[in-house]
Amino acid sequence: MIEDAKEGHLLQPHEIEDLINVIKKLYGFDFSGYSKASLKRRLTRILQLKRLSFYDLKHLLINDKDFFQHFLEEVTVNVTEMFRDPLFYKAINNQVLPYLSTFQHVKIWSAGCSSGEEVYSMAILLKEAGLIKKSFVYGTDINTEVLKEAKKGIYSLRKIKSYAENYQYSGLPGTITDHFTILYDAATIHTELKQNTLFSVHNLISDNVFNEFQLISCRNVFIYFESALQEKILDLFYRSLCPLGFLCLGSKEAIRSDAFKKRFKTISSKENIYQKIGA
Amino acid sequence: MELNDDLKKRWHNSKVLLLGGSAGSFKILFRIIKTLPPDFGKTVIIVIHRKKNFFSEIEKLFGDHSRMYLREVCDKDPIQNNTIYIAPANYHTLIENKLQFSLDVSESVWYSKPSIDVTFESAAETFKGQCTAILLSGANQDGAQGLLKLRNEGSLTIVQNPANAEMADMPKAALNINAAELILDVEDIYQFLHI
Repeated sequence: MIEDAKEGHLLQPHEIEDLINVIKKLYGFDFSGYSKASLKRRLTRILQLKRLSFYDLKHLLINDKDFFQHFLEEVTVNVTEMFRDPLFYKAINNQVLPYLSTFQHVKIWSAGCSSGEEVYSMAILLKEAGLIKKSFVYGTDINTEVLKEAKKGIYSLRKIKSYAENYQYSGLPGTITDHFTILYDAATIHTELKQNTLFSVHNLISDNVFNEFQLISCRNVFIYFESALQEKILDLFYRSLCPLGFLCLGSKEAIRSDAFKKRFKTISSKENIYQKIGA
Repeated sequence: MELNDDLKKRWHNSKVLLLGGSAGSFKILFRIIKTLPPDFGKTVIIVIHRKKNFFSEIEKLFGDHSRMYLREVCDKDPIQNNTIYIAPANYHTLIENKLQFSLDVSESVWYSKPSIDVTFESAAETFKGQCTAILLSGANQDGAQGLLKLRNEGSLTIVQNPANAEMADMPKAALNINAAELILDVEDIYQFLHI
């Protein structure tokens, strides 16, 4: 099996299909609508890291339930940053929050929140705009392990410092460390920012509407989905937004389907911020 | 520069031109972009290393001076002929299939996102021997493995001559693993693209 891994075993399309079927049947997670180029890279990476052959991996998936949680964590991309694309946060601050401030309550959904960095970035933005007390930020992900990290709200100081430049470009006052309590190498998000957040498991592919939101942020999740699945999830977001609610996609993602272009108005084409219109 | 007919033929038959560069490659890429004609007859994909909060200044500069249609890759963009695509900062650019790109924000490769290896490897898997790839000046090893995969699939692989590259590490890394078929001086690269 080690030889196989060393060679960087190239998974064949039918082998990928095989794994997708096993996972769907045994665990209910449907990867069939995932972008194949990226999924193949993730699966190959797992084979190399664990020094497994395709058959070893299939065997483990079928026979080892604990392995699956770990597999899920590795196969999905959990790379995230606080204030990733700082100009996006600037645009939210200038173009969206003034509008949201007129609502009595502001409910925000960060879909595919991974270890929580985006949720807390939003919370900081809301706090600086004086809206945190009437706001609530929900973070969801399919991955229970990363949600545990998110709930803790504790990051390494080194990591938080690496977001200092992002924070500065976002135009917020002070520095990013102002929002954390620092003890040795651990930076804990301030309680005031954490208390109006909630993290829970939600699968964009199989779960449904669970609340009504003024803003949904789903950034760098669509890149892992094929176009048809993207549309299905756009529909879920459309139904989860209040009238004139906002949808934020990643900076290199876009609403492509004509049907949905009519149902969303573009607020910022550069930062991919849309507003729900129509019925 | 003397090229045999077989190499010329493979270059002319290439559907995709891949260009990878890091430190010391900007001026070369800029000059290439300025000279390629709008009816070049190939898809051009450029992966250049840069800082993540650089706010697309490279894209703007390239776009303003390109004679070919040029755009920064967006997720699920169609792959079209006579177009220059720039891999966006802070993403890896993958070839989803012959007709479509996809993006990925996973871990950096050789401290780089975009990584040249990722795009070159993905192009090798999809386009097999239909590419010509040129690896330019750079200060790390990104691109070498990708170039090797392209060569193994039958694509034409070229490195800038490390002897006169501003940063020799990247072309050298490719030569060390025998990933390049041709070693060209900068002036020869410009000439080659217009054969």
